[in-house]
Amino acid sequence: MARLHSAVELEELRAKILASRDPARPCIAVCAGAACDGMDSAAVAAAFLGEVDRQELDGKLEVRTTGCHGYCEKGPNVVVTPGDICYFEVQPADVPDIVAATLKGEVLDRLVYKDPRTGAKSVHMNEVPFYKHQTRLLIGDNPKIDPMRIDDYLAVGGYAALVKALTEMSPDQVLDEVKRANLRGRGGGGFPAGSKWETTRNAPEKTKYVIVNGHEGESAAFMDRAMLTGNPHKVLEGLIIGAYAIGAQKGFMYTRHDMPLLTKHVRAALAQAQDYGLLGENILGSGFDFNVELHFDVGIFVSGESSALMRSIEGNPPEPRPKYIRTSVSGIWDKPSNLNNVETWANVPQIISRGAEWFTSMGSKGSKGTKLISLSGHVVNSGVVEVPMGTPLRTLVFDIGGGVRDGKTLKAIHFGGAMGGAIPAHLIDAQLDFDEMSKLGAPIGAGGLLLMDEDTDMIEMARYLLDFLVNESCGKCVPCREGMQQMRHILTNLTQGKGKQGDLERLEDLAEVTGLSSLCALGKTSADPLKSMFRYFKPEYESRIPGGSGGK
Amino acid sequence: MSEIVLQIDGLEVKATAGMTVLQAAQQAGIHIPTLCHHEKLEAFGGCRLCMVEMQSRGRTSYVVSCLYPVEKDIVVRTRSEKVDKIRKVLVEELMAHAPDAPELVKLAEEYGADRDRFERKASFCVVCGLCVRYCNEVKQKNAVGFIDNGALREISFIPEIARKECWDCQECFALCPTSYAQAAYLLTEALAFPGQRKAPSRVTKVTEPARRVIPIKPIAAPA
Repeated sequence: MARLHSAVELEELRAKILASRDPARPCIAVCAGAACDGMDSAAVAAAFLGEVDRQELDGKLEVRTTGCHGYCEKGPNVVVTPGDICYFEVQPADVPDIVAATLKGEVLDRLVYKDPRTGAKSVHMNEVPFYKHQTRLLIGDNPKIDPMRIDDYLAVGGYAALVKALTEMSPDQVLDEVKRANLRGRGGGGFPAGSKWETTRNAPEKTKYVIVNGHEGESAAFMDRAMLTGNPHKVLEGLIIGAYAIGAQKGFMYTRHDMPLLTKHVRAALAQAQDYGLLGENILGSGFDFNVELHFDVGIFVSGESSALMRSIEGNPPEPRPKYIRTSVSGIWDKPSNLNNVETWANVPQIISRGAEWFTSMGSKGSKGTKLISLSGHVVNSGVVEVPMGTPLRTLVFDIGGGVRDGKTLKAIHFGGAMGGAIPAHLIDAQLDFDEMSKLGAPIGAGGLLLMDEDTDMIEMARYLLDFLVNESCGKCVPCREGMQQMRHILTNLTQGKGKQGDLERLEDLAEVTGLSSLCALGKTSADPLKSMFRYFKPEYESRIPGGSGGK
Repeated sequence: MSEIVLQIDGLEVKATAGMTVLQAAQQAGIHIPTLCHHEKLEAFGGCRLCMVEMQSRGRTSYVVSCLYPVEKDIVVRTRSEKVDKIRKVLVEELMAHAPDAPELVKLAEEYGADRDRFERKASFCVVCGLCVRYCNEVKQKNAVGFIDNGALREISFIPEIARKECWDCQECFALCPTSYAQAAYLLTEALAFPGQRKAPSRVTKVTEPARRVIPIKPIAAPA
């Protein structure tokens, strides 16, 4: 691959790639996202390639292995273009029939979506209920891209936003656009990304860093993985634009060590961007230099906490430190370090390409754009979903999610994993909004949405979530290390019918003190699920105390 | 050095930029309880007992005074209903490990902590890390370190280093609020290098008499 020296050269390359691709030539996209991979979509992809070989279809039919399409429940997923024809639960044995139908320009009826209630069939992606209520700005390109090929990203308009930023905008203008877009951090805090960027930009130190937090570890969250594995260049493009705005010379991608496919794709993306001159010195002849280093976690959840993550990059144990001085001022090696999560960075290119006005036209009053959601639990359709901010939870749960599994009734909607909270079913008309959900006690967090049916034991749920955190905490501070263990112990007793007088009071004290006095966000929010359950499901807890008095 | 004036417990306190609230309070003779703090060591912020209530720009927050840098015009209260409750529950959590540690007994009296409130734990180490940090920062030997994380976090002597260094030093023993450091060392010696420690080259002199080594009482059965 030849290094590109200017925006013109990049646009020439893009034109060449597009000219070599006939949009009318059928392409079969096989999902290799985490869930489909687990259902051996690799065998399906291999069968397609075998069929192409056997029938000598090279040039007539393209087979593409892609990142996550979203509809995990119905995997392995296959999408055929043109027409975005969706086939579900595809097995290797189905492959000859799909190829035959595709070559004839027909649809293979038996593998298309069938409504479980009405039996109505949906062929195209924009008709399938799971997809048609979504706005897939970030994840929508996944079926069009082989994550190992930068040319696929260029073919869908990739790196055009970087070109625009470098050639038409000053760093200040880029920063201003992101600020006006009111892009709020997608990693859990919902803090305005533009303000954070500005703090790092204005910090006096010359050496500055930008970081992708790709350490997704929240229970029931798998959307960042789908994003970064399926379209690593989108995230990287956002990072390079951010570095340009902030004035950073070096970036880090921090992600999990235990996802081989993600590692492979990110490594390839960085190498290809380097080859094309989208990373390195004098990017596209702009005079802007920027390099990115890939880093891996050490296997605990707290590694994803920003200050712990920065310690980890330095080569130290991932222990958080108090943020009385913000990491955007003093982060990695005490240099100003701007950290955003995968989804936040992925939003940047479209904000630059299409502008802040377009971005703020979507969403609720305080939360703009779209949000990736991992839908799981007792839901009919689990998967990765993208909807505009402000979407009612009812749309997510029923229209997209298809409601509760096995015909049961919805009991609770849990957001934000082990540090989130649960709200009862009657609040289903609440909007997906950072502030509204926080007020209700179920902050969106990174976007893991877990449905719970009528048979869910809320005490067991709280115990389960705490059990996760007890093992994922670093153990440095007393309230997090000891408080969580004690809460888990009491909850375990309650689930085993060993509740005793005073237990609820003990739990309330532990929850309050752990929240107030822990060092980092892991401890501070560890009792949030419990607090939300005390708010909405207290009688269930009281019923586990002998005498029924609630332990007081 | 620029002078910063802040308020602690209703008193105007003068401090210099870069000081922590704890240092400013100590300088003014105002007591804030600590467990993991030691003046020779970098502030750790692990025990959280030094947490105070702080008002700044109309907002109330709870911060650890050993790490929070002094700021102009902040109003600090070293005792309040919330602060006392935090300390009470933290002491109760620590007493699940070491119900008879003198410092904890004293704190329990002051804050009304119930030593039997929470499930008793097998280890009497409170993981304050004084031994680990002292060995690293002052002695620069790293004979004792933290291992594991979360609920499983503990201190552990590294036999290869401990065998050479510890008998001559023993300074961390007196730092330990629960005598666990001493016990952990002896256990390591018994298991990893019995009778093989380096002979003392000089008479052992404990130079840190801050905490006395306490006799270990049998652990009471949980209520």
